[in-house]
Order: sequence, then structure tokens, then C-alpha cells
Amino acid sequence: MDWEAIGVSLRLAGVTTAILLPVAVPLAAWLALTRRRIGVVVEAVVALPLVLPPTVLGFYVLTALGTRSPFGQWWQELTGATLAFTFTSLVIASVLSSLPFAVQPMVTAFAGLDRRLLEASSVLGRTRTGTLLRVMLPMSKAGLATAAVLTFAHTIGEFGVVLMVGGNIPGQTRTVSIAIYDHVQAFDYATAARTSAVMLAFSLLVLTAIYTLRRRKETVWPRL
Amino acid sequence: MAQTLTARVRRHILDVTLTLDLARSPVTVLFGPSGAGKTTLLRCLAGLDRPEPGSDVALDDRRWDGPGVHVPARRRRVGYLFQDHALFPHLSVAGNVAYGLHRLPRHRRDARVAEALDAAGAAHLRERSTRGLSGGEAQRVALARALAPDPRLLLLDEPLSALDAPTRVRLRGDLRRLLLGAGIPTIVVTHDRTEALALGDRIAVLIDGRLHQTGSIEEVFNRPATVEVAGAVGMESVLAGRITGHVDGVAQVRVGEHTVHATNRDTPGLAAGDDVLVCVRADDVALELPGPARATSPRNHLPAVVTAITPDGPLLRVDLDVGFDLTAYVTRPTREQLDLRPGSHVTAAVKAPAVHLIPHPAVSRGAAANRAGRGRD
Repeated sequence: MDWEAIGVSLRLAGVTTAILLPVAVPLAAWLALTRRRIGVVVEAVVALPLVLPPTVLGFYVLTALGTRSPFGQWWQELTGATLAFTFTSLVIASVLSSLPFAVQPMVTAFAGLDRRLLEASSVLGRTRTGTLLRVMLPMSKAGLATAAVLTFAHTIGEFGVVLMVGGNIPGQTRTVSIAIYDHVQAFDYATAARTSAVMLAFSLLVLTAIYTLRRRKETVWPRL
Repeated sequence: MAQTLTARVRRHILDVTLTLDLARSPVTVLFGPSGAGKTTLLRCLAGLDRPEPGSDVALDDRRWDGPGVHVPARRRRVGYLFQDHALFPHLSVAGNVAYGLHRLPRHRRDARVAEALDAAGAAHLRERSTRGLSGGEAQRVALARALAPDPRLLLLDEPLSALDAPTRVRLRGDLRRLLLGAGIPTIVVTHDRTEALALGDRIAVLIDGRLHQTGSIEEVFNRPATVEVAGAVGMESVLAGRITGHVDGVAQVRVGEHTVHATNRDTPGLAAGDDVLVCVRADDVALELPGPARATSPRNHLPAVVTAITPDGPLLRVDLDVGFDLTAYVTRPTREQLDLRPGSHVTAAVKAPAVHLIPHPAVSRGAAANRAGRGRD
């Protein structure tokens, strides 16, 4: 069993989730409540990673982070190191590719809230941020949990983007899914089978958790 | 205390110019049939909806809407009571009432929550969860939540319509007393005429997006300005009176110079000294020629002078001066027979069961003083 790869995957998923949720919550709130037409466009952009081949997303991220791109150069001047093929570049790529998994459950949760509760909050003198923190989030715990679990799980299962951006550096950018691929390439079927079984169990566990949350949502938070 | 609300509001079908002297009449009812635009107007006043260009809303010298001006709801300091209460389900009763108190220093919040719950008659609900509140209880908590931040203006959207009938009748009597006690100028939207009578001092009648008449309750109900208003308020004379006592279970009500007898089956519990509105449907007023008294069944015989006769469909509407305004409907043959004309002397006869009483506490002088002493933040 490739514990080092599992460690990298867990670390990557944790960091990605920690970065994504604070970004996704206000974005989802805006998407759920805006009446502007631009909202549709933003929603489409957010959903892009769902339909885009991971290699395409990976390609763009790799190009953007490379030393020839303005961002890559700026990063190099700032830190003295290149960005491509590092754990940081993996995090950037994962944040982008997991964005819809964090945003969409929150949009669904927020859009399902009774608008009058939000209006009541604003009449009582609260700002939009105040309403988000005190009414929308507390009433969308299931949506928030779903977003977190999905983001974490999707990052663990990410393959194409990681392959494009991360390279295959053990302890740095070699995640579980890449490791399994390597084992198969090296005809080490036994290790590949063990690691795959772990991933299968993990995925099943995650989905069970999400569906449990969904069911509870219907009984614990009755709409008034 | 807020004095004057001036508003020109346009939005969709709504086009209304409204000036309310809030100091003189604490509770104004915005009355009209469903779909007249009442709620839209209320939401525009609250800042929840944005009126169209050409609108202008100001409370005293604070402009809320106008050319290039739109003060958001959160900075208007109004209290808004939603039709179905809109209590926050994830907060307790106390948490709901405290929700709007974030500008108050922390150590004073508990006291204000208690004060607001008390003012709404909901002190006993303080520790409850919002789940499992009855409709009437939720209503009181929502009122307490709206009152707690000490708003400049209180807006109630169909406050009783979400309640079951018995609760509605019970709370209808209470609500006006609570509103007067709170001493905050209030605008109530309703399509229910009994509710309008029970709650308001002044009535603004809104039909098809236009304001048809604004005036005191008696003015609007007894002298509707247009046919549409007459249709909306119904054919009923509404008179202010005071209970003087009961004889054999029949209430004696002082109205102007007269004593009116009413069986009062709808609102038991009225006692001598209570202020009421006396409602008499024009259909229930019979006219007799004055003359030697005969024994008749109606308990009320009021000497009257005919002031006007106007055709209304197959009937004639007869306006009477009895020391107050009263309206009767008669057929054309009756008119011939009684030889009715403006200036004729007649007797208006009304059976005691046809007289309906609506409790209507008068504006007490104590409310304003009470409020002034509470201080501002």
C-alpha cells in the first residue's frame, strides 16, 4: 500500500476544501440571489470543469503557471521558485477543478431558502454579509456539509488534472490515483488492487454520508 | 416620533400619492380588495421593493426614495410584519426578538428583548423554540421582533390572515391595544373590512393601484367618495360609541345623543366604558313615518332627517341625519308611500340583532408620553 501517496492525496484534498469553501459560499449566495443576467454566465463558467476534459483544464493551468506566462514569471520573481510540478500548483488546479462541487450544493441550498427570511433580516438592519452569516449559512448546514464532502472526495479522485500539472514526484505531487496508474504500468497488480479497494470503500462511504445528510435535511429543516 | 409620511409610489399597476399625518392617527389601514397593490405599496415603503422612477418617499425630512436616492431597507429602521410571520426557524423566540438589536450595547439587549415580548403580550414565550408555536403565538413573537429595535414606523402586511378564525377574532381585539400601547405609528394592510374597522384610526382605500379615498373610519365608511369605495367598504354605517351597560343581555351603547341597543352576540365580554364601533347595514335600517307610537319589534327608533336620496340600482340610497350619519336603502314604491324627500322627518328603526359591535379602544393620551420617556439610542 502506498501510504505516501495517500498522505499527499489527503493533504491536497484538505487544503483544497479549506480554500474553496470560503470562496464558494459568497459566490453561491450571489448566484442564488442575483437577478442579473450575468449570473447565468458566471454559473456556466463555474460549471465548466464538470464537462471539460480534465486534460484540457490541466493544460490551461500548466500553461498559466509555466515560467513563460506572466503569472508564472511573477511567482518566480516573488518566491524564486518555479510553480509548475509543485504541490502548490496541484492545489491551484484542484481548486479550479473542484469549484462546481463546492458551489452547486450551496446554490441549491441558498436558493431553497424562504426569501422572506432574508427580507426580514434586512428590514431588521442586517447587511447582506450579516444575513449570509446569521440566516443563510445556519439554515444551510446540510448544503455546506455536502459541498465540503463532495469537494474533498472529488479532489481525492482527481486524476487527469493532477497528471497534467503535478508531474509524478513521490511525496510531493504523486497522489493515490496516479500511484495506482503507476502500479498498473509496472504490472504490480497486487498493490494496484489493494489501493483501488481502499478508494472504492472511501467513495462509497462518502456518497452514503451525503445521501444521509440529504435525507436529514428534509426532516430536520422543515420549511415554514 | 415620526410625524408625516409623504409618498408618491409607482410600481407596475400601482400609482399612489399618499400623505399620512402619523402623529394624529397612530394606526392607518391600507384597505382594498386583493390585487389592488396594497402589499406592493407596503413593500416599497419598507424598501423591500424598489419603486419606479418618478417615485418619492419621505418620512419627515428623511428621504427614502427619490431621484438618485434609494435608502436600503436595513437603514430605514422600519418594523415589518410579514403575512406568515417569517420567524427564523433556527433561532429561539428570544433569538428572533434579539436579531435586530445588534446596534444596542450587549448588556442592554436582554432587557429590550423582555420589554418587546412584554409589549406584544408574549413574555411567556421567551424560552420557547419557534417550532411548535401556534399561529397566534408566532404572530406575537413576530410583532415583538419588529418592535424590539424601536422602529420609526411599523408596517403590518395582512397581520391576521394567516391565523385560524377563532385566533383571528381573539387577536383582532388585542392587536389594536398592543399597537396603541407600543406607540409606534403603524400602517396595516388588509382586505378584511372587520379587520380594518377593528385596527384603524384612518383608512386609505386602494383599488386597482389607485388611492380612492383617505379619511377617518367613519368618514370613509359612511360617506364613500366613489362608487368603487362604496363597493369595497360595503353598505354599512359605522359609528363611534361607548358601552354604557347591559339590560337583559342587550348592550346599551351611547352614540352621539342616542342610546342604541345591540344584542352583541359576536363579541361577548364588552363592559361598560368600552369604546366600540357600531355597525349597521343599510339593508337593516327601516324607515317609518313619525307619529303615534305603535308597538313594533325593532328596539331602536331614531328620529331622523333625510339629507339626500340617490338612486343605486333598483333601490334608493337614503342618507339620514340622526345626530350622526346613517344610511338606509328603500324601494321606489316606499319612497312614494312615505313621500321621502330631502328634509323629510322620519324614524329610523333598527332591530337590536342587526347592530354589530366591534371593540375599538380609543387612542390614550398615555401612549405618547410613555414612549417619550423610553428614550432613544
